[in-house]
Amino acid sequence: MKIDKKTKSNLITYGIVVAAFILFTALASTGNLSSHMKGLLVPMTYYAVIAVALNLCVGILGELSIGHCGFMCIGAFTSAFFSKATAEILPSGIRFFLAFLIGIAFAALFGFLIGIPVLRLKGDYLAIVTLAFGEIIKNILNAFYIGLDKSGIHFSLKNAMELGLDESGEVIVNGAMGITGTPHDSTFTIGIVVLLISLFVVLNLINSRDGRAIMAIRDNYIAAESTGINVTGYKMMAFTISAAIAGAAGVLFSHNITTLTATSQYFGYNASIMILVYVVLGGIGNIRGSVIAACILYLLPELLRGFSNYRMLIYSIVLIVMMIVNWSPKIIEWRKRTLGKFDFRKNSGKEIA
Amino acid sequence: MALLDVNNLSISFGGLRAVDDFNITIEKGELYGLIGPNGAGKTTVFNLLTGVYKPNEGIIRLDGEDITRKSTIEINHCGIARTFQNIRLFKQMPVIDNVKVGLAERYKYSTLEGILHLGKYKKVEKEMDEEAMRLLKVFDLDGERDTLAANLPYGKQRKLEIARAMATDPKLLLLDEPAAGMNPNETGELMDTIALVRKEFGMTILLIEHDMKLVSGICEKLTVLNFGRVLCQGETKEVLADPEVIKAYLGE
Amino acid sequence: MSFLTYLINGLSLGSIYAIIALGYTMVYGIAKMLNFAHGDFIMVGCYIIFSVSAALSGNSLVGIILAVILCTLLGITTEFVAYRPLRGAASPLAVLITAIGVSYFLENVALLIFGADIKSFTSVIKWEGLSFAGGALKIQGVTVVTIVISVVILIALQLFINKTKQGQAMLAVAEDKGAATLMGINVNKTIMLTFAIGSALAAVAGALLCSAYPSLSPYTGAMPGIKAFVAAVLGGIGSIPGAMIGGLVLGIVEILSKTYISSQLSDAIVFGILVVVLLVKPTGILGKVIQEKV
Repeated sequence: MKIDKKTKSNLITYGIVVAAFILFTALASTGNLSSHMKGLLVPMTYYAVIAVALNLCVGILGELSIGHCGFMCIGAFTSAFFSKATAEILPSGIRFFLAFLIGIAFAALFGFLIGIPVLRLKGDYLAIVTLAFGEIIKNILNAFYIGLDKSGIHFSLKNAMELGLDESGEVIVNGAMGITGTPHDSTFTIGIVVLLISLFVVLNLINSRDGRAIMAIRDNYIAAESTGINVTGYKMMAFTISAAIAGAAGVLFSHNITTLTATSQYFGYNASIMILVYVVLGGIGNIRGSVIAACILYLLPELLRGFSNYRMLIYSIVLIVMMIVNWSPKIIEWRKRTLGKFDFRKNSGKEIA
Repeated sequence: MALLDVNNLSISFGGLRAVDDFNITIEKGELYGLIGPNGAGKTTVFNLLTGVYKPNEGIIRLDGEDITRKSTIEINHCGIARTFQNIRLFKQMPVIDNVKVGLAERYKYSTLEGILHLGKYKKVEKEMDEEAMRLLKVFDLDGERDTLAANLPYGKQRKLEIARAMATDPKLLLLDEPAAGMNPNETGELMDTIALVRKEFGMTILLIEHDMKLVSGICEKLTVLNFGRVLCQGETKEVLADPEVIKAYLGE
Repeated sequence: MSFLTYLINGLSLGSIYAIIALGYTMVYGIAKMLNFAHGDFIMVGCYIIFSVSAALSGNSLVGIILAVILCTLLGITTEFVAYRPLRGAASPLAVLITAIGVSYFLENVALLIFGADIKSFTSVIKWEGLSFAGGALKIQGVTVVTIVISVVILIALQLFINKTKQGQAMLAVAEDKGAATLMGINVNKTIMLTFAIGSALAAVAGALLCSAYPSLSPYTGAMPGIKAFVAAVLGGIGSIPGAMIGGLVLGIVEILSKTYISSQLSDAIVFGILVVVLLVKPTGILGKVIQEKV
């Protein structure tokens, strides 16, 4: 039965995540993980989460986004703002839960608002506008000053002095210096839970009426329209959900570091492109592949630290070689000729896990 | 009342009147052929009927309802489904999912139910699967339910496209050169399929075709287009005997 | 007067963007790929000029010539090794990611050779510049030279494409690779020539960029590369006059918004312009509208 096959494939995906969780937790509790490695666990989960989000946009919806870290940035800043503002009022569990809701809601809102103009465009034009929006978000956040005092929220685009806070006031978002002192609520366990929930949402969506409509638009939007599919609506839905999940990754991000700044390293187009690399190497449209690729590729440069300066060089060469080996029509043909008899994937085609 | 009633339909691209003063009336249950030389404007008529292009003039009525200014999506919901000259399937999706996309407007549950796989999800999905399989059986595609559409042989891709169109439960089915690129065997099989669709669903069909054998074999009525204008219209036999039509097809 | 100075500075920066954008737009038009590594060719060119000038105690002309030659060779090699095997790949993302790999590669090679510290680049243009209205309006030499060079390049490229056989072959390949092959055009050679021209232009742009903004690091090319790409899209990607217009608009907007609005928000404004233009004209200012046939 087919339903069983899909469910089985999904269960394997969840199983891999849980197994990785058990493995790393066991290694950490038995002291087999260096403190450096321990520090990589939470980032590994949020990069896996945003890779899942981006694959929903690139692989399932079929629209190239190179600005997804912008949504992560929105989720990170809004949730960090909330957590810092309520640090003394709310108990940490409830606060972190609410921070997630806020980060996700704002990222979804921006996904929706940005989706309205962006999704009217096509192909590379769409891609460059997502890049533009990602840069705009980062840029504006760098110029933002928000403070809090008895009389409420103060806001400026110039500097912290302009806020005019009274003696009870506190600057929460300090322009390019960002937000300092967000509570460290993110843990590996919570990261894994968020990853599992993201996977649950995306995998179930794919196997539903809405998911099929989204993939139909990807495969042929003209046919989708004449089959009665509301192309614009479903594009917006997929893009918004994708942005919301990226926002959740942002919440994990901001609650894992002391100082949150909207730097290019984390939120610029280069960071978005790095996520795209995870998605493409994991398999476009293959959600499980994105998770595995994100974890391996995130850890790889870290594990290559022994090679110090050469590690990024090695990484870039590996990337180029892998792309050519995996995608070059001539090499694919050669592989088919030599391995054709053993290619078990030929019949099942590209399976969407 | 006629099922499809088109009056004075015209559209120009630049200075060219691609379709000029086009009229057609199709009764319920008819199998109607739209023929004409290459570039006569046949596909443009389909694109006007399905809202891909908006006409400069004229009116299109389906079952008495004016659908002239409606969008492609709304027109599908009103009851017109179509296939394409160059097959447009959802290639990276399995055969059954192609049909289930067509069923989506009639079998509904909320997005939240879909994401949680709760509520009506299981029941509706089961109904969709059954309905999709019933359709696939009619088109002899039930053996390929899990095959990716891209991996189907050509003839079956054509059939799947018709099956997907039928899944939207249309009143009128538009087939754009269904026999294009087929060998005589496949064409024969396709004629059987079209006959079956009429019998099974009582479907009204308008088809564009080049293959004269197919047209004269199954169509009851024909409209001949030439340079965007109706050259001749009526019963198939009479139309094919018309000297003007012969001239347009065979030249002077 | 100060407004005029800023406007001219914007024109100069815009000219640099335009030269880079020309390379971007030609490669995109013909190979249909976003060459994300294009910006890094600028950086490579700058380091070559920097090293040669240091070795020859300040003779930058040799450096520029060498930079143009080596960047051309680098462009051809990259195309041959990394991009050509992926022509006709199932997904256009394959070559995009490879271009990103090339970008990482070039940046990290530069990092290994020259280190991460910012080098101070000596302007290749020694001329003081022009002075008007008794010194109230000064235009730097590099500004004048940049604007002149960009205009010369634009005219030369237009002539090359419209008047020579190779130029016509480029147009044909851009239109339809299959048909061009049938007409006896060597598609591989044409694409290689495009990369060669684009890379040579990147070297020229590098010399001008680092003369106007004299700090050089392995990441110098990245942001101007992206901005030039934005300029190419703004003008209508694939269009040569479009790249010029897009570059100039971008440069002027950037300098003026830095001066009069906010230096922090200038990038947001630049990218905002792109968004607004594409909303009004989804294929850029001079871009062709392509309607998919149903």
